[in-house]
Amino acid sequence: MKLTKLTALAATTALCAPMAMAADMANEMTIVSWGGAYQESQLKAYVVPYQEMHPDLKVIWDESSAEATAKMRAMTEAGNVTWDLVDVVASDAMRMCDEGLAAELNHDEDLAAAPDGTPATEDFGDLIVSDCFVPQIVYSTTFGYRMDKVGDTPPSSICDVFDTAKYPGKRALQKRPIDNVEWALYCDGVAKDEIYDVLSTDEGVERALAKLDTIKDQVVWWTAGAETPQLLADGEVVMGSTFNGRLFSAIAEQNQPIEMLWDMQSFDLDGWIVPADLPEDRKARVMDFLKFATDTQRLADQAKFISYGPARASSAPLVGKHAILGIDMAPHMPTDPANSGNVHVYDYEWWADNRDDLDAKFQAWLAK
Amino acid sequence: MSDTTHTGPVLAADGTPLKRSLARALRMQKIRALMLIAPLLLFVLLTFILPIADMLFRSVENRIVSDTLPKTVVALQDWDANSGQAPDEAVFAALAADLQVAAEEKTHTRVGSRLNYENPGISSLFRKAGRKVKRWDLAQDGPFKEQFFKIDKDWTDPEVWRTIQTYSGAYTNGYFLNAADFQKGAEGAELRPENERIYGTLFLRTLIMSLAITVSCIILGYPVAWILANLPSRSANLLMILVLLPFWTSLLVRTSAWKVMLQQQGVINDTLVWLGLVADDARLVMINNQFGTIVAMTHILLPFMILPMYSVMQTINPSYLRAAKSLGATNWTAFWRVYFPQSVPGIGAGSILVFILAIGYYITPELVGGTKGVFISNRIAFHISQSLNWGLAAALGTILLVVVLALYWAYDKIVGIDNVKLG
Repeated sequence: MKLTKLTALAATTALCAPMAMAADMANEMTIVSWGGAYQESQLKAYVVPYQEMHPDLKVIWDESSAEATAKMRAMTEAGNVTWDLVDVVASDAMRMCDEGLAAELNHDEDLAAAPDGTPATEDFGDLIVSDCFVPQIVYSTTFGYRMDKVGDTPPSSICDVFDTAKYPGKRALQKRPIDNVEWALYCDGVAKDEIYDVLSTDEGVERALAKLDTIKDQVVWWTAGAETPQLLADGEVVMGSTFNGRLFSAIAEQNQPIEMLWDMQSFDLDGWIVPADLPEDRKARVMDFLKFATDTQRLADQAKFISYGPARASSAPLVGKHAILGIDMAPHMPTDPANSGNVHVYDYEWWADNRDDLDAKFQAWLAK
Repeated sequence: MSDTTHTGPVLAADGTPLKRSLARALRMQKIRALMLIAPLLLFVLLTFILPIADMLFRSVENRIVSDTLPKTVVALQDWDANSGQAPDEAVFAALAADLQVAAEEKTHTRVGSRLNYENPGISSLFRKAGRKVKRWDLAQDGPFKEQFFKIDKDWTDPEVWRTIQTYSGAYTNGYFLNAADFQKGAEGAELRPENERIYGTLFLRTLIMSLAITVSCIILGYPVAWILANLPSRSANLLMILVLLPFWTSLLVRTSAWKVMLQQQGVINDTLVWLGLVADDARLVMINNQFGTIVAMTHILLPFMILPMYSVMQTINPSYLRAAKSLGATNWTAFWRVYFPQSVPGIGAGSILVFILAIGYYITPELVGGTKGVFISNRIAFHISQSLNWGLAAALGTILLVVVLALYWAYDKIVGIDNVKLG
C-alpha cells in the first residue's frame, strides 16, 4: 500500500517536468505588502490561485511595506534577510536597487510574455523604472470631497483646494512636502513643466510654502492612507488627498457621500522587488511565483478587487467588473482617459536628491 | 596550645591560613550569587546595554566615507578648501578608481546619501558618476578631471569637495551639530538658517509638554489615590478596577477613542452644541494640537501616577491624622502638615515614571498631536523609518538620553532618590 503510493508519486513527479523543479523550491514564502484592501486584492488575485497549483506552499504575510527600505537595510546589515518578495513604491525600489538591497532582474527572461508574445519589457514599457523593479499597478494620490458640503458647484480644479473663500472648511493633506509643494506652485501660477526648476531655488521653496501658508490653519495633516477617507466620512474635513483606491473603497463599497477630484492627480507606481542574495531554493520559489503573479491575466484580475490600474499594457483590455459589486472598474482607474486629463507625474530623481533638504524646511515650517 | 606564643598567621583546620580560607569561601558565595543573576545580567546586557551602546556609537560613526573612497580621501588631504578651485587631476583619478570599486559593490549611493545630508545634491552626483565610471578603463581613459565635469558640472564646485574633505574622518560630530540646529560651515560650526531650525523647538516642547502631563496627572491622580487608600477595601477594590481597566486596554484603542471624543464632529463637541454652549459653526478645536496630546497622554499615563501614590498612601497610618486633629489641627493643617509630607515619596515615584514615559512617547502624539503637539521622538521615528538618516536619529536619541539622565540627577539632588517609594 505504502509502496504503491510512493511509486505513484515518483511516477507523477517524473511525468510532469515543471513539478520536478519544485523539489528545489522552498515551501515557504514571506511576502511583504501594505495590508488592508490592497493586500487583500493581491491575496485573491495572485496568491490563492498560485497556492491552488502548489498546495504545499505556505505564504506568510508581513505588512511592513511602508518601512520596507529601512527594514531591508537593517536585515542586510544583520546578514539575515527573512523576506522573499517585497511590495514597494517606485522610488523605494530605485533606492533599494541603487544600494544593492534588491536583486537585479532580467525582465524578459524572468517575467511572462503577453499572450500575443510581446516580451515583458515592451509590455511594461517605461514603467520598469529600475532594473530591480516589477511594476504591478499605477495608482494616484488625488483629492476626495464631501458632496454635501461644497454647495452647488463642486470643485473641479486642484486649485479649489486653496480657495477657502469658495469652499470653507478643513482640508486633509499628507504630512510631507512631496506633492503638496508641487500642487502649491501649480496653483500659484507656475507652469507644470517648470515646477521642478522653480522648486530647485530657495525662492521657489519659499513661494510654495507661502502658498501653503494661505490654508495652513485649515489643514489636518495625515500620515496613513486610511485617515482621509475616515476624516471625510466623519465630516471633519471638506476635502482631502489620499490614494485613489482608498477613496474608491469609501465611495463605492461604503457608500459615503464622497466624490473624486481627479485634476492634477499625482501618478505613482507600485510593484515587487526581490531581496538580493536569497538562498537558491527560496529564490527559485519566489521567481516562479513572480512569473505567475505578474502575467497579463493576473494583473487584470487584481483590478477586480481594487481600483488601481494594471501596469501591463496587455492587461488593460481585460479589466472587467468588480468582484463583489459587479460595477465596471475601468471608469474608476486613474489611467482612464476621462480621469487622466490633467495628471502630474512626480520626479523621483529630483526628490531623491532634495528630499532631506526640503523635508527639513517643510517640517520647520510646520512647527512654526 | 597558647596563642600568645604563636607568631605565624592564624590557620584554619585544614592548615591553610584562615584569611585565605575565608576569602575562598566568600568568593564561592559570590560566584554562586553571580550565577543566579547571570541570566538576567546577560539578558540586560544583550538586549539593553549593547543596543544603547550601538546607538551611541552610530551617532558619531562616519567610516563610510573613508571606507568607500579610501584613495580620494588620501589624495584630498593636501587640497586647500579655501582656494576656491576644484582639486587637481590626481584627486579625480583617485575618485575614478574608488568609484569603480564602489559602483561594483553598490556602495557609492550610500556614500552619496551620507554626504547629501550635509550638502543636498551630492547624492545625484555620485549616482550619475557611478553609472558612467563603471564602464571606464582606468589605465587608458585618463585624464579624468574633464570627464567628471562632463558628467556633471557640479564636480567643479569646491563646496562639494569641501564637504567630502570635511567628512572624510572616521568619526564626526556632524550628526550632533545637526541635532542641535547647527551645521559645519567654512569656519567651523554655525547656526542653520532660520527656516531649517527645528530640533531646539522640539526638545523644548517635549520637555514642557511632558511636564504639563506630569502635573495634570498629579492633580487628577492624587485625590483618586487618596480615596482608594482610605475607602473600606470592598469599595476600594471596585474603584481600583476602574483605574486598572483602561490600563489593560490597548494603547491604540484608547488613543483612537480620544480621536472620536475630541474631534470637531465628535462626542464632546456634539454635546456642547446640543446644550447650546457652543455655536454649530464654532465648534472647539481640541485635537491635532497640543491640547489633544496633553489630554490623551494624561489619560494614558494616569495609572502610572495613581498606583505608586496609592501604595505609599496605604502605608500611612491613619492614627497620625487623628492624633493631629486631637491636638487641635484643622482638617487642612492636619492634611498639609501631617499627611501630605508622608505621601511625597509616592508623588515622586509617580512623577518620575510618568515624566520619563512621556518624554519618549511617540504613538499618541503622532495620532492626536497634529503639527504642534508632536514630540522629539516622532522625529526620531521619522529618521529611523522614513528618511533613513540613522546617524541623526542616533544623535537625537543620545541627546534625549542625556537629558533624561541629567533630569534624574537633578531630581536626586533636589528631592533625593531615597525619598522615592513604590510601596
